[in-house]
Amino acid sequence: MNTTTFIGEHLLPGQIGYFLAILSFVAALVATFSFAKAFYSQTIESEIQWNKLAKIAFVIEAVSIVSCFLVLFYLIYNHLFEYKYAYSHSDISLPFQYLLSCFWEGQEGSFLLWSFWHSVLGLIVMTKAKKWGKNINGVMMVINFVQVCLATMIVGLYIFDFKLGSSPFILLRHEMTWPILSRPDYLQFVKDGTGLNTTLQNYWMVIHPPVLFLGFASTTIPFAFAVAGLLKKDNNWMDSALPWATFSAGIFGLGIMMGAAWAYESLNFGGYWAWDPVENASLVPWLVLVAGIHTCLVYRKKGTSLKATYLFLGLSFLLVLYSTFLTRSGILGDTSVHAFTDLGMNAQLLGYLLIFVIPYFGLFFYRLKDLKEPQEEDEISSREFWMLVGSLVLFLSAVVIIAITSIPVFNKIFGTKIAPPEDPAFAHNQVQIFVAIIIGILTAIGQYLKFKATSAENFIKNIKWPLIVTALLSAIIFYFIGIAYEEKGIGYLGALYVGVVAATFGIVANAFYWFNILKGKLKSAAASVGHIGFTMVLLGILISSSNKTVLSWNTTGISPLKEDNAKNNPTGNPRENITLFEGVETDMGKYMVTYQRDTLDGLDKRFFELNFKEKKSDHSFLLYPDVLKNNKMEGFSANPSSKHYWNKDIFVYVTSFQDHSEEDTTSFKPHQIAIGDTIFYSNGYIKLDNVLINPNPNAAAGTNELVLQMTVTSKEGLKFEAKPGILLEGMTLNQELDTVKAQNLVLSFNKVVDQKKGILEIGVKESAALTNLITLKVYEFPFINILWLGIIVMTIGFMMSSYARLKKLKSK
Amino acid sequence: MKKMHVVLLVLIAISIVVLISYTGDLSSYETVASAKQKEGKFVNLIVKMDKSIPVDYDPVKDPNLLKFHVQDSLGGKIAVVYHNTMPTDMEKSERLVLKGKVQGEVFECSSIVMKCPSKYKDNPNAMQEQPVTITN
Repeated sequence: MNTTTFIGEHLLPGQIGYFLAILSFVAALVATFSFAKAFYSQTIESEIQWNKLAKIAFVIEAVSIVSCFLVLFYLIYNHLFEYKYAYSHSDISLPFQYLLSCFWEGQEGSFLLWSFWHSVLGLIVMTKAKKWGKNINGVMMVINFVQVCLATMIVGLYIFDFKLGSSPFILLRHEMTWPILSRPDYLQFVKDGTGLNTTLQNYWMVIHPPVLFLGFASTTIPFAFAVAGLLKKDNNWMDSALPWATFSAGIFGLGIMMGAAWAYESLNFGGYWAWDPVENASLVPWLVLVAGIHTCLVYRKKGTSLKATYLFLGLSFLLVLYSTFLTRSGILGDTSVHAFTDLGMNAQLLGYLLIFVIPYFGLFFYRLKDLKEPQEEDEISSREFWMLVGSLVLFLSAVVIIAITSIPVFNKIFGTKIAPPEDPAFAHNQVQIFVAIIIGILTAIGQYLKFKATSAENFIKNIKWPLIVTALLSAIIFYFIGIAYEEKGIGYLGALYVGVVAATFGIVANAFYWFNILKGKLKSAAASVGHIGFTMVLLGILISSSNKTVLSWNTTGISPLKEDNAKNNPTGNPRENITLFEGVETDMGKYMVTYQRDTLDGLDKRFFELNFKEKKSDHSFLLYPDVLKNNKMEGFSANPSSKHYWNKDIFVYVTSFQDHSEEDTTSFKPHQIAIGDTIFYSNGYIKLDNVLINPNPNAAAGTNELVLQMTVTSKEGLKFEAKPGILLEGMTLNQELDTVKAQNLVLSFNKVVDQKKGILEIGVKESAALTNLITLKVYEFPFINILWLGIIVMTIGFMMSSYARLKKLKSK
Repeated sequence: MKKMHVVLLVLIAISIVVLISYTGDLSSYETVASAKQKEGKFVNLIVKMDKSIPVDYDPVKDPNLLKFHVQDSLGGKIAVVYHNTMPTDMEKSERLVLKGKVQGEVFECSSIVMKCPSKYKDNPNAMQEQPVTITN
């Protein structure tokens, strides 16, 4: 140790945080052990005693975690840059809400967040312990063991040479080798942190991680019930676990889709879902959890699907761990654009995964013979038969997704060099569309089937109207919106059509079921609401993605000689970027778009004001996409902007921009010219073809316009048309400049020099800094609101279900 | 459970078929030399930019045309054409993963994944460099 005294450091909060992390680890160990003892106690007295100790330990642990959380936030909030976490994840200029995002930008903070939710959920489970049945000590034991493992991630202890976890309270000078850090007054030079990655400076990033981690944390509880059930050979935990499982599915689903909303609003792949490994890794446990909820319901009604329930509810938690491993170990490397960076904790992360996977499967197979299900066969017309089929489809769909996502793991293990296919998103889409069709239909008919058996007559009578309405609605959708996605052939297009019908059927049938059969009773609406929400999500995805159109197809400024047909290009030439010059109106499909100005907000953020004017009407609107100087990458990152209509989004983002901060000093050079004359500029020549007098027949009375029709021919042989003019409106004279953007030329019509000889004066300005320009992409997403609304409805459905099941539990 | 077993087998069979057919779509990581031999085949290249030749990109002329040169770890060089805007910080990234195919003398690239020194989260190695501002 060196004995230098450093000036200005705040060491106390870090020491407290460090201590709290270790305290939480120890308390969680004690709690796990004590709950285990209570769980296995032979006598009531010893159970009560151990339970008392366990509760105290757990409360200490929960309080430590929450305090740890607050201490870390204190470091960030007070900009204590002597701590590495504050230094590398925040800076002084950040507004308050993004200080929260800093918190979970790093691995340590997000582990702490996860642990925080376990503490909260654990306290709820514990205070209402009586409600959850006699295995509650086992459940708490598992929750605490998960907490032990999470605590090891943030203690940052060295055990011999093995670094256990990574502490968020570590000092900058302990971690870095900069020579300056050995100076006692080093803090004078570390005035500001490196800041938060600009892509995370978005309000979704304030709220998405807490919700998603609450989703992660809540999968632990059904898992804990399942473990306790297996240990005690007691399968009567389903009623207690169901409110938790449905709550988890709701929050988890919401968290995933908030991530999608963030991607849509802040990332630039032009959409909300890209089948990125990070996205897949969170989707897969959710799919399995939903499958598990359904098999759980089957078990409660019929006693079948017991093994499947243990498998699915267990796996959903284990898959959360697996996705943690995938996204945090750096193993995804080249395949994902947004995984965490490797913190050198791979061995520990793998250990965290295996310490749950191996015992759980060991226990599951060991107990398999005890998991007895009735031998009778399910009727093919029964609800349980199709619920199980649906769950299996969801599960296998999850298996396919995770198998594909795990290719980097496969490469690592076997040393292979397999890369994703040419169109990775389509590779998923072409499979999952069929899953969507099957699930859509099953969601629609499921409720119309009865447990045990359904009479065909009744079924047809009830399903008849929903079918008719579905047919009508689908026809309306196809007529007015249609599906414009022919890139992948007729087969896929057909599947998309079927998918839309299936999703519509799901919405309609569930709505009918609630109105007609449940008589619109709110109490029993949960399933219908959840299913309507889910199928709305499907419908929203199908319609918005298959009808996504590019408005910024580039047709300007390209030489007709060089124009290559987009279809002939081997890589399917996107040409989706269009260049806009400040003040120049550009044609973009239905709109004329003008880049009006840009404004700097603070030092780092530049807004571009774009005016979209609809060609057919006077309707116009402004959009403000921005670029943010990226503190971590020394470049800029673009934030899209979108105009929301009830039936579509116009979505725009800047793909590149040229910053001409220097003044444009070049001026117009006057030239005298007559019809047929040519004058030269640096890169070619300009010819005056004709002079048009009042060329616009619709011009208002009393205006006079003179327009020069000119052709600019560049050295490369490119030809451009230019029409500068003069407009006389009453007494005011307006000069109408024309620009040839590709040649950095601005032309003006100055005056008539000699009317008899037809000699005119024009101005020619050549400037590299002609105008500011930006390159952007513009998309239209129709009916994306169905997707967002669907998510809200689905989440409400899950919450209603959780509430209803909780009430049932109370009344029992 | 007989019918359910049939359903299960069918579903599993479908999943296996799906995964097998997926392996048919998979591509591979190649070096520049091996990619040239597989002209016209979709491959992935892991390369870095060859900075001795300037990047050709002019959004004024055509925002959807980017030409640059790359080099792989074995020294193989190739010109790349990318029909899109120039990704931010491309010149700063230490590694590029290019997807596309070799067409004649050039690599027709359909997507670029950049590995920046600090792409998304802070990277401890990149952080080890002392910031310029506090050197004195």
